[in-house]
Amino acid sequence: MNAMTPDEIEGAVKRDGQGARAARTGLGLSMRLELAESLRSRWFHFYSVVVVGLMLLLITTGISESRVLGFTGLSRLLVTYIQIAMAVLPLFIVITTARSMVGDREAGNLEYMLAFPVSLPVWYWGRFLARLILVLAPVLLALAIAAVYGLARGHAVPWYHVGLYAGLVGALATAFLGLGFLISALSRSTEVALGASLLIWLVLVALLDLLLLSVLIQERFVPDFVIAIALANPMQSFRTASMILFDPQLILLGPSSYVILDHFGVTGYVAWAMGYPVALGLVLAGLGYWRFSRGDLV
Amino acid sequence: MIAIDRVTKRFDRRAALDELTLAIGAGDRIALIGSNGAGKTTLFRALLGHYRHGGEIRIDGAARARRRDVGLLGRVAFVPQLPPPLRMPVGELLGFAEKGAGASRARMAEIAAALGIDLDEVRGRPFYRLSGGQKQKILVTVALGRDAELMIFDEPAANLDPAARAVFIDLLAARRDASMLIASHRLEEVAPLVNRVIELDRGRVVLDDSVVDRLKEGEFRRAEIVLAAAHAPFAQAIGDWGFEADAAGLRFTGPVPAAETFRFLGLLARYGSLIDRLTLDQDAPRRS
Repeated sequence: MNAMTPDEIEGAVKRDGQGARAARTGLGLSMRLELAESLRSRWFHFYSVVVVGLMLLLITTGISESRVLGFTGLSRLLVTYIQIAMAVLPLFIVITTARSMVGDREAGNLEYMLAFPVSLPVWYWGRFLARLILVLAPVLLALAIAAVYGLARGHAVPWYHVGLYAGLVGALATAFLGLGFLISALSRSTEVALGASLLIWLVLVALLDLLLLSVLIQERFVPDFVIAIALANPMQSFRTASMILFDPQLILLGPSSYVILDHFGVTGYVAWAMGYPVALGLVLAGLGYWRFSRGDLV
Repeated sequence: MIAIDRVTKRFDRRAALDELTLAIGAGDRIALIGSNGAGKTTLFRALLGHYRHGGEIRIDGAARARRRDVGLLGRVAFVPQLPPPLRMPVGELLGFAEKGAGASRARMAEIAAALGIDLDEVRGRPFYRLSGGQKQKILVTVALGRDAELMIFDEPAANLDPAARAVFIDLLAARRDASMLIASHRLEEVAPLVNRVIELDRGRVVLDDSVVDRLKEGEFRRAEIVLAAAHAPFAQAIGDWGFEADAAGLRFTGPVPAAETFRFLGLLARYGSLIDRLTLDQDAPRRS
């Protein structure tokens, strides 16, 4: 190549500077776009109404005044809410996320947006973080509403438990968000992505404690295998950890609780229930990125 | 600037690009023509890094470090064949182009105004709610608002009304600093803009016609046009090229710079129904 003139060098330096600036602003831009795009979408409105509406419904039905298995007040409200959220949250997250990228690919949005000079990892992970914020925001709002309600009614607010619940919800959301990103990266059509999401969600729901307990009773598999399934299912981790917070002896689980309490202890299991789903979600999202970046983008 | 070396892209064993080799130099303004499925869009997607492919694409002599080269994308402006159904408001898209790709706000406002779009009016409207023509105008505005060295346009004027199409052609013609790669089914439409025509067929280059090559043989051609009937607008337009008319205003003769041949033919295409006879003499003497 010919030697560059001073003007060309200046131009090249200017271009490099612009490239670096673009990379710095890329994550923020990508997140902002995804946040704005999702805030306008129907799925987010519906999801927010369901998540916040559920809490308002539980409050108006006076569930905090009832007493079941020793829980009452705000603890009772939170236990009920979190158990229902466990069923709703993963389904919403995995379905809406799985169809997002593949839907954008089908519509031609990816072709256009990825022609801009934003790096692929920055674009992908910016989108991931934005979605995480979006799915957590309504849950945190619902928990905040519960706390305010508790204070107004003169109930003792279990702040420590509220914080741990928020952490557990965040961990569960990360796991299913990662799963959704992986499904979206692997699928070539929205229909396939939706079908796969539903199937995986159903399998995980089916493998919750009730079925596992019956499998254990029937002794069809070695107990270690069944316990491994329970530990690997992020929904089960969430469910057990949310119980353990208000029922440290896990009376609700029966004899199975010995396995958890002997091997983990309360703190250890809560740490597992928070750390494992986050790690799982990040690994799944990472696999999704790996697949996405190595295949045809559009 | 860009060297495409034996690039191959297959879909289910069918080659959309078949060992395609092509060089795009700085200042090249290329019309990419070919029937549906010839490989035009696939070539664009390979260039933009959207597709995995065999072969190699080199930028300024160096192989791309990654398939999707952000440095290259910073130098390329792209308008797709079909406007994407983005839900974001137009203002957000313009802001993204400004912050993420260095588009000039002032220039975008000028270009949009020239294309007949009031940015203040559409700024708050979701992009997907605009009409097909408005979407295309916004995409063209974003592309031309950038300081890109290479413009890639995939059927850019397909949704534009005739007035906007003419403005669009003028805007592109004014961007002499940028190379262009324009896919179009209507060569006559982009002819005034380009200095090179490449035809693809089943993923291969079957024609690479460069006006610059012929420029070496003779700078001018002599053209003679005979009209079926006198037509004042034509006389005025051809007069701008330095043509002389006979007394009846039916026969026009004059020189055509070889490098401007496509632009000249583009002009004639607008008056095609009026033209009775046309000759273009390749052996015209050089003009002093």
